[in-house]
Amino acid sequence: MADLNLNELHDTEFPLPEQMHGNVAITSLSKLYNWSRRSSMWPLLFGLACCAIEMIGTAASRFDFSRFGMEVMRATPRQSDLMIVSGTVTKKMVVPIVRLYNQMPEPKYVMAMGACASGGGPFKEGYNVVSGIDKYLPVDVYVPGCPPTPQALLHGLITLQKKIDGQSLANLDDVPWYGVGPSEPTPIPILGPDIIDPRQMDTIRRQAELAALGQPIGLRALPDVPVYKPKPKKAVAAAAVVEEVVVDEEDAARVMELRQAALARKRAYDASKS
Amino acid sequence: MTDQVLPEKVETTDVDSAIAYLKDKFPSAVSDDTRDGYSGVIVDKNKLVDVARAIRDELGYNYLSSATAVDYHTLGEPDSDMEMVYHAYPITGGGALVFKAQTPRDNPEIPSLVNVWPGADFQEREAYDLMGIRFPGHPNLKRILMWEGFLGHPLRKDWKEAYYEEDHKPFSSRWPSGNVWRAEEKNAYGKNVRYPDDFDLSRLNDVSEESLYEGLGLGVDVQAIEGTMHTDRLVVNMGPHHPSTHGVFRMVITLDGETIDTLEPVMGYLHRNHEKIGERNTYLHNMPFTDRLDYLSSMGNNLGYALAVEQLMALGPRWNPPSYRAEVIRVLMAELTRIVNHLWSIGFLLNDLGAFFTPMLYANNEREKILDFFEGVAGSRLMCNYVRFGGVFQDIPERIHSVQNMVNDRVRDFDSMKFLTELVSERLPRFLDEYEYYLSENEIIKARCINVGVLPPDEAVGYSAAGPLLRGSGIPYDVRRADPYSIYPELDFDIPVGERGDIYDRYTVRIREMRESLRILRQLLPRLEATKGESVAGTNAHTPRVPVGESYGRVENPKGELGFYVVSAGDAKGTQNPWRYHVRAPSFINLTPLGRMSHKQKVADVVTVLGSIDIVLGETDR
Repeated sequence: MADLNLNELHDTEFPLPEQMHGNVAITSLSKLYNWSRRSSMWPLLFGLACCAIEMIGTAASRFDFSRFGMEVMRATPRQSDLMIVSGTVTKKMVVPIVRLYNQMPEPKYVMAMGACASGGGPFKEGYNVVSGIDKYLPVDVYVPGCPPTPQALLHGLITLQKKIDGQSLANLDDVPWYGVGPSEPTPIPILGPDIIDPRQMDTIRRQAELAALGQPIGLRALPDVPVYKPKPKKAVAAAAVVEEVVVDEEDAARVMELRQAALARKRAYDASKS
Repeated sequence: MTDQVLPEKVETTDVDSAIAYLKDKFPSAVSDDTRDGYSGVIVDKNKLVDVARAIRDELGYNYLSSATAVDYHTLGEPDSDMEMVYHAYPITGGGALVFKAQTPRDNPEIPSLVNVWPGADFQEREAYDLMGIRFPGHPNLKRILMWEGFLGHPLRKDWKEAYYEEDHKPFSSRWPSGNVWRAEEKNAYGKNVRYPDDFDLSRLNDVSEESLYEGLGLGVDVQAIEGTMHTDRLVVNMGPHHPSTHGVFRMVITLDGETIDTLEPVMGYLHRNHEKIGERNTYLHNMPFTDRLDYLSSMGNNLGYALAVEQLMALGPRWNPPSYRAEVIRVLMAELTRIVNHLWSIGFLLNDLGAFFTPMLYANNEREKILDFFEGVAGSRLMCNYVRFGGVFQDIPERIHSVQNMVNDRVRDFDSMKFLTELVSERLPRFLDEYEYYLSENEIIKARCINVGVLPPDEAVGYSAAGPLLRGSGIPYDVRRADPYSIYPELDFDIPVGERGDIYDRYTVRIREMRESLRILRQLLPRLEATKGESVAGTNAHTPRVPVGESYGRVENPKGELGFYVVSAGDAKGTQNPWRYHVRAPSFINLTPLGRMSHKQKVADVVTVLGSIDIVLGETDR
């Protein structure tokens, strides 16, 4: 980790004599908390699939996310702050994942790394695949890609840091773990004939009742929608010929004005660079 | 250092005379497979074990490469709807003897071949799990990829999953009509689940865990204690979340003190239904999915799948084989992939041995250089999706950028041939020398690896082990030599083998294989220069017309023999999807002897034994 930079910690709301800059910092409790938390974000050493290889690549010497305070990957959930769900979440694996999440101490964050963890990805239709970890756990940051490059993962981690920077201790919606009483653990799914989320028991029961009335179980009736049909090409071409080109003079003048302003800005920027 | 051990052709019969011999010996039980595009023999299932024994002992086809099930529901004859397909090879090299056993679909039952080939163990369990075929005689016929209690056998053709839309892609909801509803929106639970119609919530129980501990002999048998004190046996679960299981792999270990008594691998935590999805995809659709099998060596997976489909395409009209340059580039990529994979696997083996991260970081540094090349050529670091039917995606560009998405970076802009030449003739050899200098003679590594996790050669063959695991046991079997493909016959390289079959041998085999790969790569460089400008794109790469038939394409992937069994049922103008698409995954089958190798070892060694097999879970679970 970098040396302690008091300028970074100082809250600009409080004026400080110039000679004390870098030596003294006056800050709010929220900022101090957030600063310390975001600067030592310890991920769980936990890889699911292909994305885990890129995660290790990010941790390795070339990309090196220890530059952002994440070098300590902990193998036990009890010492980690961030769960990077790096890969396809299967129904068989989501049970241990929820269990691991429950074992992590608060404050805890979840990052969905890659297409599979974000929404099922290429394997979404598979019978053993959970279409996104957010079906079971609250996700803070989604990183797209299949797999995301190390640069993309780093961007996701920095985004998470920004999110933490914006949290306020005064707002319990931001930091529910400072509320009164223990937090509720996420219910652990059950492996029955298919995976069962205990939070969905009511829906399952209602579906069973509907099934008794003759509706197919588990299916939601959807209204018919008009099927999109592309216009025949000939008609489109003919329409283009007939259509007159109408120029809105006022609009054109406004566009020209904007363009010239942009050009002037670019020239000023180039001049300042040289 | 390298011993020239080429597989010599000993007295094994060729495939045709082997089939003639079988038909002569079992006239009522063995018949030719006369279906169009099929090969091999169909064996009466009641005689299967006898025939298999004859194939192994009398004909010399002693290496069972693959055993897989096919469901011919609505396609084949009604009384033989399911079929087990076995591919046996002579361990000294040569073509496959394919034999099949058929069984009716309503009561599928085929005798187990575990007693003939122990390597059939997991493959039969997989067929039971996904197809529902029972194997009388199998000692441990439980589900292997799905959990115990899961409803149905998903690879059957009439089994539909929750997000099922249509049998073939592209789905009409996406193209060409493109309405706005998808299957998942119709699901009332908002999740990828489907419950049986008679679902009883009052009897809800999770039996998937209990079934694991059945038959482990837990608890103390008080009757058996006579006089002396016995220790209770302890069950340790390693995984699925464990830093040393290389992914989401789990081992249920029973310990006597610190010694391992039994070890049962539990897998399926990354079972993402590759085969079921593959049977719905078009042929080209599957290419990017193969990347995600063994995600450390995607180029090799691409090649294996392309070979399997090309074998079928070659039977049809309008087939142009890949150009010479395309073959050179394919081999180039396959060998670079081998180095990538071995660097990674050795780095992590040392991690497992306690050399925490330093060797791995060194190896990863070199690996990144090769990934840069992949990124420049294929567009992606990890999931290359590069090989096409009859060629490759594109030629090697003139210049590559070491980080592809920074194309304006002038500092890391290289001439590709110069970059490659420097990599294979200077940088990597120098690195290997340095790496070996620090590791190979290290006392701790030797103490922990030599004579640990030994797999004798005859058992390695019986367990269908492949790759460095097989060669570490002293069997010089390498598909590149035993059943050559691409331009390997004209290349000069040796097959390194071990002597004792322990972890250290597997480690040295990998190191020496990297040197051999570099030797191959150096032979490829002048070929690349000579063929500059030749076309590399496959002629019908995007809309392959695949004739009816079956094919088994296999390549020597870094982890072992990777095979693709593809059955095509589609006519040339109809649906272009494989009827059956099976992956013979080396990581999966190489785990069969894990329990045997870990028996009577210390619990700390099981991690290194597993590390020396070098599995990757994307391929194990598929």
